[in-house]
Amino acid sequence: MLSVFPMNRFDDVIIDIKQLSFSRGERAIYRNVDIQIPRGKITAIMGPSGTGKTTLLKIIGGQLQPDGGQVLVDGQDVPRLGRKDLFDLRERMGMLFQSGALFTDMSVFENVAFPLRVHTDLSEEMIRDVVLMKLHAVGLRGARDLMPSELSGGMARRVALARAIALDPDILMYDEPFAGQDPIAMGVLVNLIKRLNQALNHTSIIVSHDIQETIGIADYVYLIADAEVIAQGTPEELTRFSSTKVKQFIEGLPDGPVPFHFPADDYQADLLQGS
Amino acid sequence: MFDLLASLGRFGLHKLAAFGQAGIILMQSIIARPAPLQMLPLLVRQIYFVGVLSLIIIIVSGLFIGMVLGLQGYTILVDYGSEQAVGQMVALSLVREMAPVVTALLFAGRAGSALTAEIGLMKATEQLSSLEMIGVDPLRRIVAPRFWAGFICLPVLATIFSLVGVTGGALVGVEWLGIYEGSFWSNMQNSVDFYDDIVNGLIKAVVFGFVVTWIAVFQGYDCVPTSEGISQATTRTVVYSSLSVLGLDFILTALMFGDL
Repeated sequence: MLSVFPMNRFDDVIIDIKQLSFSRGERAIYRNVDIQIPRGKITAIMGPSGTGKTTLLKIIGGQLQPDGGQVLVDGQDVPRLGRKDLFDLRERMGMLFQSGALFTDMSVFENVAFPLRVHTDLSEEMIRDVVLMKLHAVGLRGARDLMPSELSGGMARRVALARAIALDPDILMYDEPFAGQDPIAMGVLVNLIKRLNQALNHTSIIVSHDIQETIGIADYVYLIADAEVIAQGTPEELTRFSSTKVKQFIEGLPDGPVPFHFPADDYQADLLQGS
Repeated sequence: MFDLLASLGRFGLHKLAAFGQAGIILMQSIIARPAPLQMLPLLVRQIYFVGVLSLIIIIVSGLFIGMVLGLQGYTILVDYGSEQAVGQMVALSLVREMAPVVTALLFAGRAGSALTAEIGLMKATEQLSSLEMIGVDPLRRIVAPRFWAGFICLPVLATIFSLVGVTGGALVGVEWLGIYEGSFWSNMQNSVDFYDDIVNGLIKAVVFGFVVTWIAVFQGYDCVPTSEGISQATTRTVVYSSLSVLGLDFILTALMFGDL
C-alpha cells in the first residue's frame, strides 16, 4: 500500500504532516497519518462524515493539539509554537468556517474590513476599496450594509470567504465552502476558488463532500476514512483506484465497506424491544 | 468504596484544572490587553454595556434600599428617642456593606450573566475560533476589555448606589417622617470617616468587581458551546459570583472592622 503513496511526490511542500495522531476520548480520529500539501496548489481533503476533516484544518491552524506527530507549516512545527508565534503564523492563513462565523455585532462591510484594520495601516479609502473588491468577487457588494442576522446561510459563507481572502493569505482553508449554496452561487464559488488560486498563487485546502465540484478544481486529493489516508492522488489517479472503499465514496454508493448507519443493535430486535 | 474515592479524586482534579485555567485566562487578559489605542474604543464600548446600561437597576435599587433603611431605622430608633441617628445609620449601612454587596449581586445578575452569555455564544458560533484564525487573540480582543470594564464599573456603580441610597434615606427620614434636617446630615457627617468607611467600602467594591467579572468571563470562555452549555454557564456565573461576594464580604469585613 505504501508504494501507492510516494512520500516526496511534490517539489515544494508548504504543509508537511508527519505521523499525526489525534483522538477524541477513546476514538482515534487519526492514526500515524502523513499528509503533504503542495505550495500554490488546490488540495482537497475528502471522506465520509465524522472522519475528522474539519479537525485536520483546526490542527493545521493550531486550534487543536494533536496527540503525536509533527505539523510543519513552512518549516514551523505548529503544535510546538508559542502563543505569539502561532498568532503571527495565522496572519498568513485564512479559514472559511462551515458556519461562516461572522462577527454578529458588525455589518458585512465591517466584517470584511476587520482583518485589514487589525493587521494593516491602510487608509480608510484603501480599506473601503479593498473591501468592495472582495465583496464584489463574492457577489455581495450590494449587501455591504446588512448585518449578519439579515443574511442567508449561503450569503454568510460568501461574506466569510471575502473576509478570509481580505489579507490575501498564503494558505486558504475552506471548510465545506459549497454547502447550502444555490447552483449559481456554487458555480461562481468554484470558479472563484480556482481563479484566486491561480491569480494569487495561494495554497488552497478544501474540505468538502461535494465530490464533482471539488474534484473538478483540485490538483490533488486525499481521501480519509477509518483514521487514515485510504487514497491520494490527482483526480484522474483517484478514479483508477480499485479499492471498494474509494469507489463507494467517489461514486456515492449506499452499500459498501463504509457503513451508512452508526453502529447499533439489530433493527428488528431494537423495534421489538419496545413492545 | 474505591469507585467513590476515584470519583471524588476526579472531581477534585477537574475543579483544580478549571481553577488553573481560570488563573491562566486571568493572567493573559491582564498581560495581553490590546495596545492602548486599540483598547480604548473597545473599553469604552464595554463600559457602556456593563456600566451605563446597569445604571437604571442600580439607581432604582439604591433608592428603595435607602428608603427602606430610613424607614426601618426610624421605627427602631424612635423608641429610644434616637431618631436623629437615622442619617448616620443609613450612611454607614450603605457605604460599608449594602452598596458594595448589593451592587455586586445586581451586577452579577445584570452584567455578569450577559458577559457569560455573550462570550459563550461567540464561542458556539465559532466567532472566537474565527478571531484566532484571523491572527487576533480573543483573550486580548474580547476578554480583556470586558474584564477591565467590569473591574472599573463596579466601584463607580457602588458609589452611585451609596449616593442614591443616602438620598432615599433622607427622603423618607427628613421629608416624610420629619426628622430635623440639620441633625440628620450633621450626624451623618460626623460619624462617616473617609478612610475607615468610604475607602474600605470602595476596596470591597474593587475586590467584588474583580471577582465577579473574572468569574463571568471565564465561565463564558470555558463553557460547552451548546445552548444548554451556555445556559448552565450563565447560571454558574450568577451562583458562583453571589456566593463569592458574600463569602469575601465576611472576610473583608473581619479584616477591616473586626480588629483581627
